[in-house]
Amino acid sequence: MTELSKSGAAVGEPTGTSPAPTAFLEVRDLKVHFPTDDGLVKSVDGLSFQLEKGKTLGIVGESGSGKSVTSLGIMGLHTAGQYGKRKARISGEIWLDGTELLSADPDHVRKLRGREMAMIFQDPLSALHPYYTIGQQIVEAYRIHHKVDKKTAKRRAVEMLDRVGIPQPDKRVDSYPHEFSGGMRQRAMIAMSLVNNPELLIADEPTTALDVTVQAQILDLIRDLQKEFGSAVIVITHDLGVVAELADDLLVMYGGRCVERGPAEKVFYEPRHPYTWGLLGSMPRLDRDQQERLIPVKGSPPSLINLPSGCAFNPRCPYADVPKDDVTRTVRPELTEVGSKHWAACHMSQEQRERIWTEEIAPKL
Amino acid sequence: MSDEAKDETKGKAKDEAVAIPAQSDGTQEKAGGTATLTKGAAPGETLLKVTGLQKHFPIKKGLLQRQVGAVRAVDGIDFEVRSGETLGVVGESGCGKSTMGRLITRLLEPTAGKVEFQGKDITHLGVGGMRPLRRDVQMIFQDPYSSLNPRHTIGTIVSAPFKLQGVQPEGGVKKEVQRLLSVVGLNPEHYNRYPHEFSGGQRQRIGIARALALNPRLVVADEPVSALDVSIQAQVVNLLDDLQDELGLTYVIIAHDLSVVRHVSDRIAVMYLGKIMELADRDLLYKSPMHPYTKALMSAVPIPDPARRGAKSERILLKGDVPSPISPPSGCRFHTRCWKATQICTTTEPPLKELRPGQQVACHHPENFEDQAPQDVVLLTAAKEAAELVSEDALAESAATSAAVAAEVEAESPADTASDGGDEPAAEGADDGENAGDGAGNAEESDSGNAEESDSGSADGSDSGSADEEPPAKGK
Repeated sequence: MTELSKSGAAVGEPTGTSPAPTAFLEVRDLKVHFPTDDGLVKSVDGLSFQLEKGKTLGIVGESGSGKSVTSLGIMGLHTAGQYGKRKARISGEIWLDGTELLSADPDHVRKLRGREMAMIFQDPLSALHPYYTIGQQIVEAYRIHHKVDKKTAKRRAVEMLDRVGIPQPDKRVDSYPHEFSGGMRQRAMIAMSLVNNPELLIADEPTTALDVTVQAQILDLIRDLQKEFGSAVIVITHDLGVVAELADDLLVMYGGRCVERGPAEKVFYEPRHPYTWGLLGSMPRLDRDQQERLIPVKGSPPSLINLPSGCAFNPRCPYADVPKDDVTRTVRPELTEVGSKHWAACHMSQEQRERIWTEEIAPKL
Repeated sequence: MSDEAKDETKGKAKDEAVAIPAQSDGTQEKAGGTATLTKGAAPGETLLKVTGLQKHFPIKKGLLQRQVGAVRAVDGIDFEVRSGETLGVVGESGCGKSTMGRLITRLLEPTAGKVEFQGKDITHLGVGGMRPLRRDVQMIFQDPYSSLNPRHTIGTIVSAPFKLQGVQPEGGVKKEVQRLLSVVGLNPEHYNRYPHEFSGGQRQRIGIARALALNPRLVVADEPVSALDVSIQAQVVNLLDDLQDELGLTYVIIAHDLSVVRHVSDRIAVMYLGKIMELADRDLLYKSPMHPYTKALMSAVPIPDPARRGAKSERILLKGDVPSPISPPSGCRFHTRCWKATQICTTTEPPLKELRPGQQVACHHPENFEDQAPQDVVLLTAAKEAAELVSEDALAESAATSAAVAAEVEAESPADTASDGGDEPAAEGADDGENAGDGAGNAEESDSGNAEESDSGSADGSDSGSADEEPPAKGK
């Protein structure tokens, strides 16, 4: 518990001991570790954030930064380790609408899953069951949480398919997933996840497998549905364009930890972490004039078994030598407030970062 | 003809076998670069020419495996690649861009058409006939995990081209491989490691080193960065850039990411259902796209700027999905999803025509330009539905720019536009009069069969029938 309160305080939140979450979803010092033969993989290592109803949180980061592990952790899907020999080790607190999920009875969490919180997966073809029709799968999801007969549930399924824009929903409800195109499968999956009107919707790379034109359709759909249902949404992606379209708040992950968090406008226009600068610099942009060269982040993402000591980003950071006394290589930086509701974890001083951003980085973007 | 070509290429191959060791003795990349330029075509010359290229994959059914249809993956495309340039190819999945890449590297046998490399017809060369050419045409693959043999060391993988082509680089294969590894930014000491010891970005570098081993002239890269993380993507894009500068390489880069393609390409081809819709210089294409499909594709790219969120006025949503390439729509293939489609679009396939210097477009009603079929003004029902998804701002803007450009062009050269723009489509419309009935039939069939989403409204729309079944002789 002492550990919890330490990092809880660091992000300017009430200490972990007081179970008084004001937000709809509050994650406090979430840690998900996987024991392997090579050592402990610290996929998520002390992550805290809050999310209100009707708001969208975007989580960005490279592969292996712990984005998906976080979402599966919130959904309580990691305990599935019971099938294998090893379980994921999860600690921290996840408060959903006044209930702590990690310490709650698994049966209770199962009742919440699907009804209170639902998930859209990246690859709809592998997330939908190939043997059952789309209708059967949506009906199943509905009847688990509602005591209704099959007919009513099927009517509800048709209604949902219609809502997500599938043509002729009364016919397509009896189709199998392979008869749908990629975009329609993703729509069907969104229909399935929304069938119980969940308050929290987690979309894990919802458009990565889709073409841009279909991606635009799906992003619009998610935005409209959120307005309609007023749910809280977490969008997990590596595409800064997608989060800019959807997210109110942004959380940048690196090496299993949050390196920057704040309102989307702040993180895009006044980023205060060198990794965020790197992400912004490495993507070619259609809305700007042609850049001469991209500014990539050197090196490659760290191994989650042996994170670099000190700041996990230090081997790739061009400014690692700016703070004195080699502090970047020895001390792990904590999240500090750099603006209203805007946190970043970096050893450089506020002024230094502000200067580097405005003078060196921003003009080149 | 093909024998002749074979002999010629063989002869050339001998010349090159002599040339290669000479090049590689210069350990610096610059030396290699000048050698490439002197041995091959001068920059700007046509390196690869493709005419009427087709690839149809047969669909076989039943006990006798009789052919019941064909997937028309690539269905008649023409383009040129000039020495020293980068041609980008974009399009949605299933538009045939990867098939196109495999056809020009002759990993697939074309159904029809012609591929010329440096003036030689290589369309139907056999494995043996192609071998000398393999040195000049190399490929970088999409997936750096499946394109490297997990049981071979990096040294073996990168030196394989030398072994296969029987080339002895000066200073030995090992030295040359280590030089290549350092050129692509890997540690030459890693010669003896296996692919699994490398990250995705490093593996892609290994694939690039292998492609560069024999000093090729043309490198075809099929989605070279789409499997990589954003930060690594930028590294590889910069590497490809640098190598082009140093070695004078010519690239054909196939990708679905429009922002990456814009960054790397000099010219860009936009493909849709096996056809090139627009082929233009980069800046022209991105500043004033002419084909509605290009415009829609570009407006769909999410912009990493929260201030522009939900800027629906700029976005053109396409309805539904890409129709099946088994029975593509008649006429213009995009007409089932286009908001500007009229009767002529269902009957007459627009030719890929150079409407502006450096910009070829296949469209009857281009954006940012005068209308190619101004007499045909009645929108299809499907187009009206499609237009509902396009914001009024975007429509008004496109109408305004088209009119402005048209006026400008007319003022500049009235004679030209009269002969080029106005008459031709109409004439073609008349030519196609006889086939037009078939065309309309096909259009309906494919509408109901493949594009369910788009077709949902037209079934009950009262005027839909009339628009679809109207006698197509309208275009005159």
